[in-house]
Amino acid sequence: MIALSDYLIVAAILFSISVAGIFLNRKNVLLLLMCVELMLLAVNINFIAFSHFLSDVNGQIFVFFILTVAAAEAAIGLAILVVLFRTRRTINVADLDALKG
Amino acid sequence: MSFEKFLFYLFAVLLLGAAVMVITRRNPVHSVLFLVLAFFNAAGLWMLAEAEFLAIALVLVYVGAVMVLFLFVVMMLDINVAELRAGFVRSAPVALVVAVIMAAELVVVLGPARFGLDSYAAPDRHPADYNNTAELGLALFTQHIYAFEIAAVILLVGIVAAISLTLRRRPETKYLDPASQVGVKAKDRLKIVKMDPEENA
Repeated sequence: MIALSDYLIVAAILFSISVAGIFLNRKNVLLLLMCVELMLLAVNINFIAFSHFLSDVNGQIFVFFILTVAAAEAAIGLAILVVLFRTRRTINVADLDALKG
Repeated sequence: MSFEKFLFYLFAVLLLGAAVMVITRRNPVHSVLFLVLAFFNAAGLWMLAEAEFLAIALVLVYVGAVMVLFLFVVMMLDINVAELRAGFVRSAPVALVVAVIMAAELVVVLGPARFGLDSYAAPDRHPADYNNTAELGLALFTQHIYAFEIAAVILLVGIVAAISLTLRRRPETKYLDPASQVGVKAKDRLKIVKMDPEENA
Protein backbone atom coordinates (compact mmCIF):
# COMPACT_ATOMS: atom_id res chain seq x y z
CA MET A 1 0.00 0.00 0.00
CA ILE A 2 1.07 3.57 -0.58
CA ALA A 3 1.80 5.30 2.73
CA LEU A 4 1.22 8.95 3.57
CA SER A 5 4.99 9.35 4.00
CA ASP A 6 5.51 8.36 0.33
CA TYR A 7 3.42 11.30 -0.86
CA LEU A 8 5.06 13.65 1.64
CA ILE A 9 8.57 12.62 0.57
CA VAL A 10 7.78 13.11 -3.13
CA ALA A 11 6.40 16.57 -2.34
CA ALA A 12 9.43 17.41 -0.17
CA ILE A 13 11.88 16.43 -2.91
CA LEU A 14 9.84 18.39 -5.48
CA PHE A 15 9.93 21.45 -3.23
CA SER A 16 13.71 21.11 -2.79
CA ILE A 17 14.19 20.83 -6.56
CA SER A 18 12.24 24.04 -7.10
CA VAL A 19 14.29 25.83 -4.40
CA ALA A 20 17.43 24.70 -6.25
CA GLY A 21 15.84 26.02 -9.46
CA ILE A 22 15.43 29.45 -7.87
CA PHE A 23 19.13 29.43 -6.97
CA LEU A 24 20.20 28.28 -10.43
CA ASN A 25 17.99 30.58 -12.52
CA ARG A 26 18.02 33.65 -10.34
CA LYS A 27 18.54 35.96 -13.35
CA ASN A 28 15.58 34.74 -15.39
CA VAL A 29 12.20 35.97 -14.14
CA LEU A 30 10.37 33.47 -16.35
CA LEU A 31 12.15 30.46 -14.78
CA LEU A 32 11.57 31.95 -11.33
CA LEU A 33 7.83 32.01 -12.02
CA MET A 34 7.95 28.39 -13.19
CA CYS A 35 9.79 27.36 -10.01
CA VAL A 36 7.10 29.07 -7.94
CA GLU A 37 4.49 27.02 -9.84
CA LEU A 38 6.42 23.83 -8.99
CA MET A 39 6.53 24.84 -5.31
CA LEU A 40 2.76 25.36 -5.28
CA LEU A 41 2.37 21.93 -6.88
CA ALA A 42 4.43 20.36 -4.08
CA VAL A 43 2.25 22.06 -1.46
CA ASN A 44 -0.88 20.88 -3.26
CA ILE A 45 0.38 17.27 -3.26
CA ASN A 46 0.73 17.51 0.53
CA PHE A 47 -2.83 18.81 0.86
CA ILE A 48 -4.23 16.05 -1.35
CA ALA A 49 -2.32 13.34 0.51
CA PHE A 50 -3.49 14.50 3.93
CA SER A 51 -7.04 14.92 2.61
CA HIS A 52 -6.96 11.29 1.41
CA PHE A 53 -5.45 9.78 4.54
CA LEU A 54 -7.58 11.77 7.00
CA SER A 55 -10.73 11.28 4.84
CA ASP A 56 -11.41 15.00 5.03
CA VAL A 57 -12.62 16.81 1.91
CA ASN A 58 -11.55 20.22 3.23
CA GLY A 59 -7.98 19.59 2.08
CA GLN A 60 -9.23 19.30 -1.49
CA ILE A 61 -11.24 22.52 -1.08
CA PHE A 62 -8.02 24.25 -0.06
CA VAL A 63 -6.22 22.91 -3.16
CA PHE A 64 -9.08 24.28 -5.26
CA PHE A 65 -8.52 27.77 -3.89
CA ILE A 66 -4.73 27.50 -4.22
CA LEU A 67 -5.19 26.58 -7.90
CA THR A 68 -7.49 29.58 -8.40
CA VAL A 69 -5.11 32.05 -6.80
CA ALA A 70 -2.09 30.52 -8.56
CA ALA A 71 -3.81 30.90 -11.94
CA ALA A 72 -4.53 34.58 -11.22
CA GLU A 73 -0.96 35.05 -10.00
CA ALA A 74 0.48 33.49 -13.15
CA ALA A 75 -1.70 35.66 -15.40
CA ILE A 76 -0.77 38.91 -13.64
CA GLY A 77 2.88 37.90 -13.28
CA LEU A 78 3.20 37.17 -16.97
CA ALA A 79 1.41 40.43 -17.84
CA ILE A 80 3.91 42.34 -15.70
CA LEU A 81 6.72 40.42 -17.41
CA VAL A 82 5.46 41.42 -20.86
CA VAL A 83 5.20 45.09 -19.87
CA LEU A 84 8.68 44.88 -18.33
CA PHE A 85 10.15 43.43 -21.50
CA ARG A 86 8.47 46.12 -23.61
CA THR A 87 9.99 48.95 -21.61
CA ARG A 88 13.43 47.54 -20.68
CA ARG A 89 14.01 44.96 -23.47
CA THR A 90 15.31 42.49 -20.86
CA ILE A 91 14.02 40.15 -18.16
CA ASN A 92 17.32 39.92 -16.30
CA VAL A 93 16.64 40.41 -12.60
CA ALA A 94 20.01 42.16 -12.17
CA ASP A 95 18.91 44.94 -14.57
CA LEU A 96 15.70 45.70 -12.70
CA ASP A 97 17.10 48.43 -10.48
CA ALA A 98 14.82 51.37 -11.35
CA LEU A 99 13.54 51.59 -7.77
CA LYS A 100 17.11 51.70 -6.33
CA GLY A 101 16.14 49.23 -3.63
CA MET B 1 4.79 -4.91 -5.59
CA SER B 2 1.19 -4.14 -6.34
CA PHE B 3 0.16 -2.39 -9.53
CA GLU B 4 -0.92 0.64 -7.51
CA LYS B 5 2.53 0.95 -5.97
CA PHE B 6 4.12 0.56 -9.39
CA LEU B 7 1.96 3.41 -10.74
CA PHE B 8 2.88 5.57 -7.77
CA TYR B 9 6.61 5.11 -8.34
CA LEU B 10 6.23 5.65 -12.08
CA PHE B 11 4.39 8.93 -11.59
CA ALA B 12 6.72 10.06 -8.80
CA VAL B 13 9.92 9.35 -10.75
CA LEU B 14 8.59 11.04 -13.89
CA LEU B 15 7.41 14.04 -11.83
CA LEU B 16 10.78 14.54 -10.14
CA GLY B 17 12.71 13.90 -13.35
CA ALA B 18 10.60 16.44 -15.21
CA ALA B 19 11.10 18.96 -12.38
CA VAL B 20 14.89 18.54 -12.62
CA MET B 21 14.70 19.07 -16.39
CA VAL B 22 12.60 22.24 -15.88
CA ILE B 23 15.30 23.91 -13.82
CA THR B 24 18.31 22.79 -15.87
CA ARG B 25 17.25 23.23 -19.51
CA ARG B 26 18.95 25.98 -21.48
CA ASN B 27 15.93 26.73 -23.66
CA PRO B 28 12.91 28.16 -21.76
CA VAL B 29 10.51 26.52 -24.24
CA HIS B 30 11.84 23.10 -23.20
CA SER B 31 11.43 24.13 -19.56
CA VAL B 32 7.75 24.91 -20.11
CA LEU B 33 7.19 21.61 -21.90
CA PHE B 34 8.83 19.67 -19.06
CA LEU B 35 6.66 21.63 -16.64
CA VAL B 36 3.63 20.33 -18.56
CA LEU B 37 4.97 16.78 -18.11
CA ALA B 38 5.45 17.41 -14.38
CA PHE B 39 1.85 18.63 -14.02
CA PHE B 40 0.54 15.59 -15.89
CA ASN B 41 2.34 13.22 -13.54
CA ALA B 42 1.19 15.18 -10.50
CA ALA B 43 -2.37 14.74 -11.78
CA GLY B 44 -1.68 10.99 -11.91
CA LEU B 45 -0.56 11.05 -8.26
CA TRP B 46 -3.71 12.95 -7.29
CA MET B 47 -5.80 10.39 -9.13
CA LEU B 48 -4.15 7.65 -7.03
CA ALA B 49 -5.10 9.62 -3.91
CA GLU B 50 -8.74 9.62 -5.07
CA ALA B 51 -8.88 13.34 -5.81
CA GLU B 52 -10.37 12.83 -9.27
CA PHE B 53 -11.96 16.24 -9.74
CA LEU B 54 -8.79 18.14 -8.87
CA ALA B 55 -6.64 15.83 -11.00
CA ILE B 56 -8.79 16.63 -14.05
CA ALA B 57 -8.93 20.32 -13.08
CA LEU B 58 -5.14 20.37 -12.88
CA VAL B 59 -4.84 18.99 -16.41
CA LEU B 60 -7.55 21.24 -17.85
CA VAL B 61 -6.72 24.49 -16.05
CA TYR B 62 -2.99 24.19 -15.59
CA VAL B 63 -1.82 22.26 -18.61
CA GLY B 64 -4.56 23.64 -20.83
CA ALA B 65 -4.54 27.31 -19.86
CA VAL B 66 -1.72 28.45 -17.59
CA MET B 67 1.07 26.51 -19.30
CA VAL B 68 -0.11 27.63 -22.74
CA LEU B 69 0.02 31.21 -21.40
CA PHE B 70 3.59 30.57 -20.28
CA LEU B 71 4.42 29.13 -23.68
CA PHE B 72 2.95 32.19 -25.47
CA VAL B 73 4.98 34.56 -23.31
CA VAL B 74 8.20 32.57 -23.74
CA MET B 75 7.80 32.57 -27.50
CA MET B 76 6.77 36.25 -27.63
CA LEU B 77 9.79 37.55 -25.72
CA ASP B 78 13.11 37.67 -27.50
CA ILE B 79 15.31 36.51 -24.62
CA ASN B 80 19.08 36.43 -24.64
CA VAL B 81 19.53 33.01 -23.02
CA ALA B 82 23.33 33.15 -22.76
CA GLU B 83 23.23 36.33 -20.69
CA LEU B 84 20.58 34.95 -18.36
CA ARG B 85 22.54 31.74 -17.78
CA ALA B 86 25.74 33.59 -16.83
CA GLY B 87 25.91 32.51 -13.17
CA PHE B 88 24.49 29.03 -13.72
CA VAL B 89 27.63 26.93 -13.20
CA ARG B 90 28.87 29.13 -10.37
CA SER B 91 25.66 28.85 -8.34
CA ALA B 92 25.13 25.14 -9.07
CA PRO B 93 27.11 23.78 -6.04
CA VAL B 94 25.30 26.13 -3.65
CA ALA B 95 21.93 25.16 -5.10
CA LEU B 96 22.79 21.46 -4.88
CA VAL B 97 23.94 21.71 -1.26
CA VAL B 98 20.88 23.72 -0.18
CA ALA B 99 18.48 21.39 -1.99
CA VAL B 100 20.08 18.20 -0.64
CA ILE B 101 20.15 19.50 2.95
CA MET B 102 16.54 20.69 2.70
CA ALA B 103 15.32 17.45 1.16
CA ALA B 104 17.20 15.35 3.75
CA GLU B 105 15.74 17.31 6.64
CA LEU B 106 12.23 17.11 5.25
CA VAL B 107 12.55 13.37 4.60
CA VAL B 108 13.75 12.80 8.18
CA VAL B 109 10.77 14.68 9.57
CA LEU B 110 8.16 13.36 7.13
CA GLY B 111 9.58 9.85 6.83
CA PRO B 112 7.88 6.52 7.51
CA ALA B 113 8.68 6.74 11.24
CA ARG B 114 6.03 9.39 11.81
CA PHE B 115 3.79 9.27 8.75
CA GLY B 116 4.06 5.62 7.82
CA LEU B 117 1.23 3.14 7.48
CA ASP B 118 1.41 2.38 11.24
CA SER B 119 0.43 5.91 12.24
CA TYR B 120 -1.77 6.72 9.24
CA ALA B 121 -3.43 3.59 7.95
CA ALA B 122 -4.46 3.71 4.31
CA PRO B 123 -8.21 4.44 4.15
CA ASP B 124 -10.55 2.03 2.43
CA ARG B 125 -11.16 2.64 -1.23
CA HIS B 126 -14.44 4.39 -1.94
CA PRO B 127 -17.16 2.28 -3.60
CA ALA B 128 -17.65 2.52 -7.34
CA ASP B 129 -20.66 4.85 -7.06
CA TYR B 130 -18.76 7.36 -4.92
CA ASN B 131 -18.76 10.81 -6.53
CA ASN B 132 -15.77 12.97 -5.64
CA THR B 133 -17.08 15.95 -7.63
CA ALA B 134 -20.43 15.89 -5.85
CA GLU B 135 -18.83 15.73 -2.43
CA LEU B 136 -16.45 18.57 -3.28
CA GLY B 137 -19.27 20.67 -4.69
CA LEU B 138 -21.41 20.07 -1.62
CA ALA B 139 -18.67 21.34 0.71
CA LEU B 140 -17.77 24.17 -1.64
CA PHE B 141 -21.26 25.59 -2.04
CA THR B 142 -22.37 25.25 1.59
CA GLN B 143 -19.50 25.63 4.06
CA HIS B 144 -17.12 27.54 1.82
CA ILE B 145 -19.48 29.63 -0.29
CA TYR B 146 -18.04 32.93 0.99
CA ALA B 147 -14.47 31.90 0.11
CA PHE B 148 -15.77 30.70 -3.26
CA GLU B 149 -17.22 34.14 -4.01
CA ILE B 150 -13.95 35.79 -2.99
CA ALA B 151 -12.08 33.43 -5.33
CA ALA B 152 -14.39 34.55 -8.15
CA VAL B 153 -13.61 38.20 -7.37
CA ILE B 154 -9.87 37.42 -7.36
CA LEU B 155 -10.18 35.92 -10.82
CA LEU B 156 -12.10 38.99 -12.03
CA VAL B 157 -9.38 41.26 -10.63
CA GLY B 158 -6.82 39.05 -12.38
CA ILE B 159 -8.57 39.47 -15.74
CA VAL B 160 -8.90 43.24 -15.38
CA ALA B 161 -5.30 43.64 -14.14
CA ALA B 162 -3.78 41.50 -16.88
CA ILE B 163 -5.70 43.29 -19.64
CA SER B 164 -5.12 46.81 -18.31
CA LEU B 165 -1.40 46.11 -17.83
CA THR B 166 -0.80 44.90 -21.35
CA LEU B 167 -3.27 47.14 -23.19
CA ARG B 168 -1.31 49.41 -25.48
CA ARG B 169 -2.77 52.34 -27.41
CA ARG B 170 -0.77 53.21 -30.49
CA PRO B 171 -1.03 56.92 -31.31
CA GLU B 172 -1.00 56.28 -35.06
CA THR B 173 -3.99 53.92 -35.11
CA LYS B 174 -7.21 55.47 -36.35
CA TYR B 175 -10.35 54.65 -34.47
CA LEU B 176 -13.76 56.22 -33.90
CA ASP B 177 -14.78 57.76 -30.61
CA PRO B 178 -18.29 56.38 -29.96
CA ALA B 179 -19.06 59.03 -27.32
CA SER B 180 -18.57 61.94 -29.69
CA GLN B 181 -20.39 60.01 -32.42
CA VAL B 182 -23.46 59.59 -30.25
CA GLY B 183 -23.26 63.10 -28.84
CA VAL B 184 -23.34 64.86 -32.17
CA LYS B 185 -26.38 67.12 -32.76
CA ALA B 186 -28.16 67.73 -36.04
CA LYS B 187 -27.38 71.44 -35.95
CA ASP B 188 -23.64 70.76 -35.89
CA ARG B 189 -23.79 69.11 -39.27
CA LEU B 190 -26.86 70.50 -41.02
CA LYS B 191 -27.36 74.19 -41.83
CA ILE B 192 -30.95 75.25 -42.57
CA VAL B 193 -31.13 78.34 -44.70
CA LYS B 194 -34.28 80.42 -44.93
CA MET B 195 -34.91 81.96 -48.34
CA ASP B 196 -37.82 83.50 -50.15
CA PRO B 197 -39.66 81.31 -52.58
CA GLU B 198 -38.89 82.11 -56.18
CA GLU B 199 -41.72 83.13 -58.42
CA ASN B 200 -42.43 81.07 -61.48
CA ALA B 201 -41.71 82.85 -64.69
